[in-house]
Amino acid sequence: MVGFLLRRILVSVPVMGVVALFVFFLLRLTPGDPAAIIAGDMATPEQLERIRTSLGLNAPLPEQFMTWIGHILRGDFGVSLISNVPVLTMIGQRLEPTVSIALCTTVLSVVIAVPLGVIAAWKHDTWIDRFVMGLSVLGFSVPVFVIGYLLVQVFALDLHWLPVQGFRSITKGLVPFAERAALPTLALSFIYIALIARMTRASMLDVLGEDYVRTARAKGLGEPSVLLRHALRNAAVPVITVIGTGFGLLISGVVVTESVFNLPGIGRLTVDAVLARDYPVIQGVILLTSALYVAINLAIDVAYTFLDPRIRY
Amino acid sequence: MSTAPLTEPIDRPAPRGSRFKFLIGSPVTALAGLCLALVVISAVFAPWLAPHDPLQLAPALRLKPSSAEFLLGTDAYGRDVLSRIIYGGRISLLIGIGAAVISIVAGLAIGLVAGFFRWIDAVVMRVMDGLMAIPGVLLAVAVISLSGASIKTVLIAIVIPEIPKVARLVRSVVLSAREEPYVEAAISIGSSLPKILWRHLMPNTFPPLIVQGTYICASAILTEAILSFVGAGINPETPTWGNIMAEGRMVFQIKPSLIFWPGLLLSVTILSINLIGDATRDVLDPRMKQRGSDR
Repeated sequence: MVGFLLRRILVSVPVMGVVALFVFFLLRLTPGDPAAIIAGDMATPEQLERIRTSLGLNAPLPEQFMTWIGHILRGDFGVSLISNVPVLTMIGQRLEPTVSIALCTTVLSVVIAVPLGVIAAWKHDTWIDRFVMGLSVLGFSVPVFVIGYLLVQVFALDLHWLPVQGFRSITKGLVPFAERAALPTLALSFIYIALIARMTRASMLDVLGEDYVRTARAKGLGEPSVLLRHALRNAAVPVITVIGTGFGLLISGVVVTESVFNLPGIGRLTVDAVLARDYPVIQGVILLTSALYVAINLAIDVAYTFLDPRIRY
Repeated sequence: MSTAPLTEPIDRPAPRGSRFKFLIGSPVTALAGLCLALVVISAVFAPWLAPHDPLQLAPALRLKPSSAEFLLGTDAYGRDVLSRIIYGGRISLLIGIGAAVISIVAGLAIGLVAGFFRWIDAVVMRVMDGLMAIPGVLLAVAVISLSGASIKTVLIAIVIPEIPKVARLVRSVVLSAREEPYVEAAISIGSSLPKILWRHLMPNTFPPLIVQGTYICASAILTEAILSFVGAGINPETPTWGNIMAEGRMVFQIKPSLIFWPGLLLSVTILSINLIGDATRDVLDPRMKQRGSDR
């Protein structure tokens, strides 16, 4: 077990290494002087020189990389070129809205999508199945900002049930938080529901054809028990996997959703950084979200060995 | 729309010659094909179809409602929304098709080589894993923030995260195909390596690649719109669906149609491509149909 954990963690190291190399070389290999790209057209020679020194651009490339990675590993992601605040601090300040919306979305999507997928597989090739699959193609196709604005139009502007935009911390009361988090969560959930429902259905269809499901039915178990105890538990592994691999989708969705609903999260931070060409911030966000992606998928892999005793590494 | 069947059952593989019958076999797929055809036609013939110049500013005509002259009204700069939407389809389709072609060609090359040579495989696939760990939109945003937004950089930004997915797919097909007797036979009679890759291994990858290509096309159109929408896309003057919506954000409460019309067109286009992709998959790979899942 410990051996497996160690090996699995070791496999993640090269993945993060590639991410780091990519982020590092993206700036250095873009045509033009990196310092000029970062500083923009209006920079004075002194500013350029300052950026060059702060990035260590005057040293040879391998040395630059080692210095850079050394800083990153010590948690020093550099300072924002616009506000001069350390990148890590900026990201920390913006974490709450993003994490709350992402968590709410994951929970809501699982709660809605797993039953949908189970029912679709159970009623395979009926109108219910086609309805769920149709819904899922729709979820993949309608952009999250279109869904977002539709929700705003209906629930905020027409019905006046919920505020148009903004964010309130959960520490300031559950109701104000929920009122503002409801629409972004709903908007973001569509594509996630589509993804998870599809996977649940596919995985359930595989399992429902197994002998032990037939045996369970043959010995007279009720359908709910067959579906939930015998089928779903065995079908869970691919479903959980897709929650992990869907994390990239979730982050992409968050960037857009935060723009629609004006949430002061990581997504807004990134978009603002792009508009201001604040590369250290973008770099920090990419490194941290990728590390999170790797960590989540690592955690899921490890979780399998507990969830499914058949999986042994 | 969503209650209708996605695909009609197809009993046996279509005989040669009627391979594309499936496109009209199901009413939903036929409708999707029709919608997509309309979008393509309007994009190709935009200069003749658009009633106005999509770039013509007319401050006096700001935010006019629908009228006989401006069917969908005007935007915050007095430009004709309908004309902008018609022209916007050009960029979307260009990006969609371009991204699909580039990522398939690049992914195919990488996947073929990685699938055939064990020692390259390990290195290349680690690189691919790394690229896949970066959320797609963030990667695109980083590329664009550095090199500025143009159709070229947007394409590159969209393609980088797609290539690893294609490469993985190709590699998995090659890994199973290279164990087949005909590949062994080709090696034993001394076929050259390029010939084995080209003639014997590559054709195996076509069916899944065609399907993957439609999905890449759909997701590239979506990503382009997202980039434009958050302001990191092609020059805001250029009429793209994402740009029209981005400008519509400022006046959303006065004129929501600026977001909903391009949004509708965008959704219908992506939906049509996805539905056609699903139908193609059902024909090319009947086993997947049973499972109905994949991505």
